[in-house]
Amino acid sequence: MPKILVTLREGTKQEIDAAVGISLMENLRDSGIDEVLALCGGCCSCATCHVYIDEEFKDRLPPVSEDEDALLDSSSYRLPTSRLSCQINVDEKLDGLRVTVSPEG
Amino acid sequence: MADVYDVLIVGSGHAGAQAAIGLRQEGFAGSVAVISEEVDFPYERPPLSKEYLAGERAFSRILIKPETFWASRQIAFLFGRHVVKVDPAKHEVEDADGGHIGYGKLIWAAGGRARRLTCDGHDLAGVHGIRTRADVDLLAHELAGASTVTVIGAGYIGLEAAAVLTKLGKKVIVLEALDRVLARVAGEPISHFYAQEHLAHGVDLRLGTVVDCLKGEAGRVNQVSLATGEAIPSDIVIVGIGIVPQVQPLVAAGAAAGNGVHADGHCRTSLPDIYAVGDCAAHPNHYAEGKTIRLESVQNANDQAMTAVRDILGKPTPYFVVPWFWSNQYDLRLQTVGLSIGYDQTVLRGDPATRSFSLVYLRAGRVIAFDCVNAVKDYVQGKALVQAGSRVAPHDLADTNRPLKELV
Repeated sequence: MPKILVTLREGTKQEIDAAVGISLMENLRDSGIDEVLALCGGCCSCATCHVYIDEEFKDRLPPVSEDEDALLDSSSYRLPTSRLSCQINVDEKLDGLRVTVSPEG
Repeated sequence: MADVYDVLIVGSGHAGAQAAIGLRQEGFAGSVAVISEEVDFPYERPPLSKEYLAGERAFSRILIKPETFWASRQIAFLFGRHVVKVDPAKHEVEDADGGHIGYGKLIWAAGGRARRLTCDGHDLAGVHGIRTRADVDLLAHELAGASTVTVIGAGYIGLEAAAVLTKLGKKVIVLEALDRVLARVAGEPISHFYAQEHLAHGVDLRLGTVVDCLKGEAGRVNQVSLATGEAIPSDIVIVGIGIVPQVQPLVAAGAAAGNGVHADGHCRTSLPDIYAVGDCAAHPNHYAEGKTIRLESVQNANDQAMTAVRDILGKPTPYFVVPWFWSNQYDLRLQTVGLSIGYDQTVLRGDPATRSFSLVYLRAGRVIAFDCVNAVKDYVQGKALVQAGSRVAPHDLADTNRPLKELV
């Protein structure tokens, strides 16, 4: 099980044992993190599962699709490391991933 | 003696769940309980007519939070209990079994029931609504042995179900009384486009078609009879004709109500210490020119829940969120921002033949809503135009070479 270190909005850190084969959003949700709303349930229709991904993992992630890119643009907190966590499928390669929940949505 | 909770939430849908989550997020330390007719922890409703019906997502994958979450936040669940009476003076509710539960504040998030037909045969076995997990589990079970399914009502639920059932290899007939699909929620070009898509996928779509009654054998439906006398053989009938807001106990207790129970900009009802949120709450909406409306959407459920929570915690923040909504059918993603209520003009942006376009709604020259089909960029950038109520020339809106963000 890959371990993922999540930094919450107030700076609290929480390590989760992630399940592979489901999205990062679902992993965050399953670990009881309530700051990630994920209102559309992961169908890439909103931007309420916005997180920042540690720079060094960028190359291990699937590229940002056009739709994800457009949705991320709706956030005033977008950074170069922004991703929608519903669009990242968790696999063993992501062991040690560090993720920070965005300030809003 | 009755159990008493500082906040009692009626209903375990998106609104009820978010009210409970929000109270804890905002630091509320009092006791919180959710009372629900259902027997499951809160789950997402939109997948019920999509991936859950298709069998693509298991129930555990549509839970809003893992089961352990609720106990960890000291949120109690009173499952399988139907609130039939509210006593605002005593601050108490009563369930169908005569049980009493006291509250400090009551958040009414009971949503609505799938509206049923009233014609002969409406209560035959094999006639389904799509509103709860139980509805869809029963439907999915019966689908296994069915080949022909008739969907009554071409709104979002009916069309989403039709798309799934077609994919599952069923023969699907969709009956709509009005002369176009999505007639109550979308403009003509959207209706036309979706009708063509469903026809292309083999759906037998009948517009302007009035159902006379349902007929069956041994208590199970086997045909839909039309007003014209035509009979449509059907193994299963799905009724997608909207919801009836579940507010009767509040109305009986004297709450102001109309189409839903009236809630003000802070989701307060006319009864003391009682809030109403989500599908059942008739509220003044900024994006409907302040008119009192009900909104059936996840967005509204969540944001109104937080509005009630903030009021309860003494941090009142009026409800002012731009409405958004989505519907997935086949490989088409429709995203809506704003409310098209009362539009007097539409502008087509892009060519529906490309299967990526938007319909812009205007009222008195101002942009009020977008329906975006496979056009996420328009959806995202259109939001600012809706929020600003921008006046934009129709030819600019129609020009796909001009990003919407340049038009704000």
